[in-house]
Amino acid sequence: MLAAGQGRRTLVCETDGSGHLGQLLEAGPLAFKGREVQPLLSAMTMNTEESLKEYLALQLKVPLLSRIGPLARAFDFIANAAPGVKEILTVGKLGWEVKEDHYDLVVVDAPATGHVVGQLRAPQAINELLSVGLVREQTGWLVDLLGDAAVTGVVVVTAPEEMPVVEALDLVGQLAADDVGAGTAAVVVNRVLPELFGRGEEVVFDRLCEPGNRGALQAAAGDAAGTVLDAARLAVTLRRNRAEHLSALRAGLDPSLPMLYVPELFARTHGVRALRQVADHLAEEL
Amino acid sequence: MNLEQLLAAKEIVVTCGSGGVGKTTTAAALGTLAATQLGGKVLVLTVDPARRLADAMGIGPLGNVAVQVRPEVFAAAGVEPRGELWAAMLDTKQSWDDLVERHAPDAATREAILANPLYRNITSKFVQSHDYIAMERLYELHASGDYDLIVVDTPPSRNAIDFLEAPARMAEFFSSRFLRLLIAPARNRFVNVASRPFYTVADRILGSQFLEDIAEFFILFQSMYAGFVERAHAVERVLADRRTTFVVVTTLEASPVREAEFFVEALAAKHLHLGAVVLNKVLPGYLLDEDAATVAGRLRADGPAVAAAAGVQLGPAAEVGRVLAEVGDSFLNFQVVAKREAEQRAELSVGTEVVATVPYQDHDIVDLAGLVQLADHLRR
Repeated sequence: MLAAGQGRRTLVCETDGSGHLGQLLEAGPLAFKGREVQPLLSAMTMNTEESLKEYLALQLKVPLLSRIGPLARAFDFIANAAPGVKEILTVGKLGWEVKEDHYDLVVVDAPATGHVVGQLRAPQAINELLSVGLVREQTGWLVDLLGDAAVTGVVVVTAPEEMPVVEALDLVGQLAADDVGAGTAAVVVNRVLPELFGRGEEVVFDRLCEPGNRGALQAAAGDAAGTVLDAARLAVTLRRNRAEHLSALRAGLDPSLPMLYVPELFARTHGVRALRQVADHLAEEL
Repeated sequence: MNLEQLLAAKEIVVTCGSGGVGKTTTAAALGTLAATQLGGKVLVLTVDPARRLADAMGIGPLGNVAVQVRPEVFAAAGVEPRGELWAAMLDTKQSWDDLVERHAPDAATREAILANPLYRNITSKFVQSHDYIAMERLYELHASGDYDLIVVDTPPSRNAIDFLEAPARMAEFFSSRFLRLLIAPARNRFVNVASRPFYTVADRILGSQFLEDIAEFFILFQSMYAGFVERAHAVERVLADRRTTFVVVTTLEASPVREAEFFVEALAAKHLHLGAVVLNKVLPGYLLDEDAATVAGRLRADGPAVAAAAGVQLGPAAEVGRVLAEVGDSFLNFQVVAKREAEQRAELSVGTEVVATVPYQDHDIVDLAGLVQLADHLRR
């Protein structure tokens, strides 16, 4: 959304088929074929079967052969069962959109951390397995594309909680390994809680919570004032807890790696309005 | 029926849900609950290398071999367990090697498979192999009869039901016609006219070297086909067995809730038993209090006046007023989130009578006492 707003032809792709992206963009169900959902912003959902058909038709020029004999069934089978094929079809399709310059920017919502490395490795792994043949020729450029830091970058998104931080650090480490190709471009920390109090204010808050002052406040503002103080105490604890995870993350990352913060959104909706808010925060951070 | 009764009635509990909802921790807490309250020998099998969780159980780095939580760790947490608590982590590569070890007809075949580059790629680099091996390992542990209860958390999946389908896919893979086609030319150079176009195209696309590699690999594997396919079906049967139940874990955020609903539907479609839904990290109910919202609104709009009326003098009046305004603002912010959660909860159709709610923990679980506390919430 941010890139499209800056005048770049942008494609955003969902890879898990959950339909979540279409809902967030309030664009209805998405298809394999990219559709412009906002000016300059197209959205698609990955479908490996469609990707294979497109690949066969475009890259190998075998539109008819793919429909005859055991071949169609065989490839259906491969895409569903043989390891690595779904990965290469996903990465291949997106890489192709970049190679053909259909878009200035392709943003991919990758699968869970454990899987994304497998996807990024797929072209290299297949390259190792195949010494010749058309697939080998096709994966060569893909490996180059993914390995070029000026073209491809992984944005690791995490939250200031224990497991997300552990996984993010783990992922950044794995991406640094030679055989993955693409490297980390930035780390985005989502759902950062705002600092509630400034310097000295927390002392005032602590004393407000003392029984005498709490009682006085309840007498003046109503009994429910106690509940409001409890909620603020919870907010302070959560913030402090997340701050620890945030420091652990920072400590584990190369200081030269850009870190962007997106605050917790206290918003009612999940749609385009909320997306716009996130985009604005990212714009500020960038 | 509550979670404790569910654990008492089952031999395998599989926790599932989208990433980040606390699946692994819930699995560990369920295991702790069973070991402390029900007794017997309980195993928590995790696919998640959460070091802190292993530390919490006082067992250091986990591997394929199960380790027992020592009695003194329970003592330090102030509980006396009625049974034993064990934990193990899934080591994908090791588990595959074990599987080959078991099914290989002789040492030569075994070594050839373990050394085959294609085998190494399949087992270590590709995603689906994790899903399958997790279920396979579960089957094996259950079949060993060593444990009264096994609680297993599932690998984070691109698609939550991938691992449920993994055994069937594996069986399909090893018994497919396509594999036979690939292997045929290597075994018998005579290829009939009907399938010749297939090889021409396959050759063109994949290269003959790869075809030979893959054929060699599968010829080696062929000696184990029967064992593999039979095994995959056995794994499937165990998942569908009435002694197995599934616990869906979710937070009350839009996307995990949708995933949870999807999962509940998938279980029903596959005739698998949904035992419970655990709502994790739920904000406290007092955030929905309307009286408190009114007070918070006043504090936010006019903190200094409330401070003056209350007569609290804790420093400069302006500062106290500002703190009260922040306090009010924070309440209203969190109320928005709490309301969002309440809506998600109202919409969530779970299709089970057992729904456990675990409140947002304001601290991480660093020891067994934390897991025991979590187990207490799950019991309610």
